[in-house]
Amino acid sequence: MVKVTVAKSTGTQSYEVPQDAAVTIQEALHYIKENLDPGLEFDSGCRSGVCGCCGVRVNEREKLACQSRLEEQVRIEPLRYHEVIKDLRVKRHEETLGECYLHEYSQEKITGEDAHKIELQSDCILCGSCYSACPVYEVNKSFLGPFALTRVLKYVEDRKEADKKSFIDGIQTNGVWDCTLCGECSAVCPQGISSKDDINVLRAKSVQAGYSDPNFQTMDFGFNPGF
Amino acid sequence: MYDCLIIGSGGAGLSAAIEAKARGAKVLLVSKTPPTWSQTCMAQGGMNAALKDADSVSDHVADTLKASGGLARESMVRKLCENAGETVKWLDSLGVPFNRTEDGEFAQRALGGASHKRACFSQDYTGLKVLHTLFDSAKGTHRRDDLFLLELLVEKGSCRGALFVHRDTLETEAIEAKTVLLATGGYTGVYKGYTTNSDFATGDGIAAAKRAGARLSHMEFVQFHPTALKSSKALISESARGEGGYLLNSDKERFVDELLPRDVVSRAIAEQLEAGREVFLDIRHLGEEFIHEFMPQEAKLAKFYEGVDPAKELIPITPAAHYSMGGIAVDDGFQSSIENLYAVGECSDSGVHGANRLGGNSLLEITAFGRMAAQSALQNAPSKAEEFSGEEEEQKRWQERIEALQKQQGRENFYALFRTLGELMFHKAGIFKEQTELEALQGELDRLETRAQKSAIGGTKALIEYLEFCNTLELAQSIARAALQREESVGAHFRKDRDG
Ligand SMILES: Cc1cc2nc3c(=O)[nH]c(=O)nc-3n(C[C@H](O)[C@H](O)[C@H](O)COP(=O)(O)OP(=O)(O)OC[C@H]3O[C@@H](n4cnc5c(N)ncnc54)[C@H](O)[C@@H]3O)c2cc1C
Ligand code: SF4
Ligand code: SF4
Repeated sequence: MVKVTVAKSTGTQSYEVPQDAAVTIQEALHYIKENLDPGLEFDSGCRSGVCGCCGVRVNEREKLACQSRLEEQVRIEPLRYHEVIKDLRVKRHEETLGECYLHEYSQEKITGEDAHKIELQSDCILCGSCYSACPVYEVNKSFLGPFALTRVLKYVEDRKEADKKSFIDGIQTNGVWDCTLCGECSAVCPQGISSKDDINVLRAKSVQAGYSDPNFQTMDFGFNPGF
Repeated sequence: MYDCLIIGSGGAGLSAAIEAKARGAKVLLVSKTPPTWSQTCMAQGGMNAALKDADSVSDHVADTLKASGGLARESMVRKLCENAGETVKWLDSLGVPFNRTEDGEFAQRALGGASHKRACFSQDYTGLKVLHTLFDSAKGTHRRDDLFLLELLVEKGSCRGALFVHRDTLETEAIEAKTVLLATGGYTGVYKGYTTNSDFATGDGIAAAKRAGARLSHMEFVQFHPTALKSSKALISESARGEGGYLLNSDKERFVDELLPRDVVSRAIAEQLEAGREVFLDIRHLGEEFIHEFMPQEAKLAKFYEGVDPAKELIPITPAAHYSMGGIAVDDGFQSSIENLYAVGECSDSGVHGANRLGGNSLLEITAFGRMAAQSALQNAPSKAEEFSGEEEEQKRWQERIEALQKQQGRENFYALFRTLGELMFHKAGIFKEQTELEALQGELDRLETRAQKSAIGGTKALIEYLEFCNTLELAQSIARAALQREESVGAHFRKDRDG
């Protein structure tokens, strides 16, 4: 028997799941729902890690329930910083995606290299794991956040997009400069995406576009005796 | 009042919504999940379009007709194949990062049953990237992601809207529109536990259309994909064989030409399994680099579920239910047998697949036909919609049914019944079928239905899942009936008692 503890909306509850009843955390949750607690709610879709519906926290780490093995003594919680619908079901932060779509088709010729360049950024399944792992939300709920910034980079790096500027303009407030570059998002991404790296690239592109790090500015002002 | 109510926000529903919006129509896009959870995200292999000089639209048409066992409608197949090039370019212009060749052409790979390398792809994440790009592009569309379709509101033979239940509050909600387009996906989820499909593929839209009196067709044709992972039924796409992967049995012998159509290969594998042998996919010779570059998702799944590294080891596989060719019968303008009720994507039988779907044709179908169906529905919509007069009664009827279900008591566990349904369907209405087994199946399905009514339903989400289960049961009956009626073997439908 494996002890599975779930942080439900009504309080924490523990269950005993037979070892051979489940390979994955998701199968364990199904076992619990079907045999022990029919009221338990969680989302379950493709079972192959691409629909992004089953992001949860397992022993305080963001995981896809369908892609994580059931190990001894697990504690499962809903993603942090998300509105919980019930138990493990949460509303994803779609609003942060803002104006993420192709604004102006450039008609330029695309090469194999161009397609390759945005391969990783377009692997994102919007599971919300990175959002839950990001410490910025502790202090700033309006932060655009890791997956949204990764998606911005997807369009900025896409040769097909002729209007890169509006993307860069849109990430100056609550965007690239609010990130602490801690790398927590990259550590939990099931798709191997590093939003932290993407944010660094976007910072460089912002500087090229004439923006600067507002944190440095305030610091400069602070030490400027003439101000 | 909405001009167009689109139900289902997978590739088909999103394409339709983008088109309808571009035409200035007032659209509402409703589904039971957020768009990016739709099964479209799972498509790996690619999307067909005859783009190369050596290839041609007529070759694509010929391959599709051949796979269909002569049961496809040529007018629709032609429409599909003729639009393929333009549709790929449309998706490309929205931002789908299709793989390219060195000289910047769309890279194309071979899928089974195709006479040319014809499938455009984005690694093995084609569906994911198409779906997310459509999702981005549909920005600003009026959407509801929390409504589960219960019934279509049909009066005097004409569809005037639909009735939904809210997933979280269980309140019913009626939405009326001048025209209704169903894009709710396929019914392969009937084969619970024996399918590559997502848990959401329960054919709800088809069942609702059937209850409303719409004609269904070709329900007996369900495609079994030859290569699903043995334990999880996660898919290893056809491109693995297209690129040169082999199938081996326990004796390490090849036993079939791997590039034959899916139904032939699936039957060959099923025979090996029935003879007590195991079957493996061997892609070791493709090399680590190739596998990493072109099939990262599949390698990950093989490692996770089977614990094998495909670059070094054999992958244990089994055939699994994969695609539903049948569905809501529609005419060349995507209208069902009910006026103002349209259907597109896997929930429809648009006549392009017949008895067997060619790999790579459904991503094409949902995106090409998705747009065309929206056009057709809008063009033919009545200028002034008539109100549905029975709305109050219908709402009341369902509210009462939901309340009754919440109180339903009994010792049965409907989740266990759902698994039984999958098992029964796989063994009796699966790769091989025969009359006696199908007749026995019908009896078993009746019994399952009675037993289902004796199960307690534990909560809000469980209630929605119960309704999904009821839909699969209803469609299982349709499959069994259609399979009995079709006495000859054709495409994915194989009658052992006739051709065994
Ligand atoms: C593993 C796998 C691999 C595949 N690979 C390929 C491939 O390489 N090439 C190819 O061409 N095809 C492939 N296919 C097939 C293809 O992906 C599907 O046929 C296609 O994506 C179906 O799209 P759709 O828009 O019709 O439905 P779906 O994407 O299934 O969307 C259905 C929508 O309807 C909604 N819905 C369902 N029921 C209700 C309800 N009761 N109320 C409200 N909303 C509802 C859902 O929420 C969802 O938004 C593959 C399929 C699978 C499973
Ligand atoms: S690197 Fe930035 S975006 Fe990522 S978790 Fe840390 S603060 Fe958040
Ligand atoms: S970037 Fe990674 S962790 Fe974040 S939503 Fe996308 S797939 Fe999930």
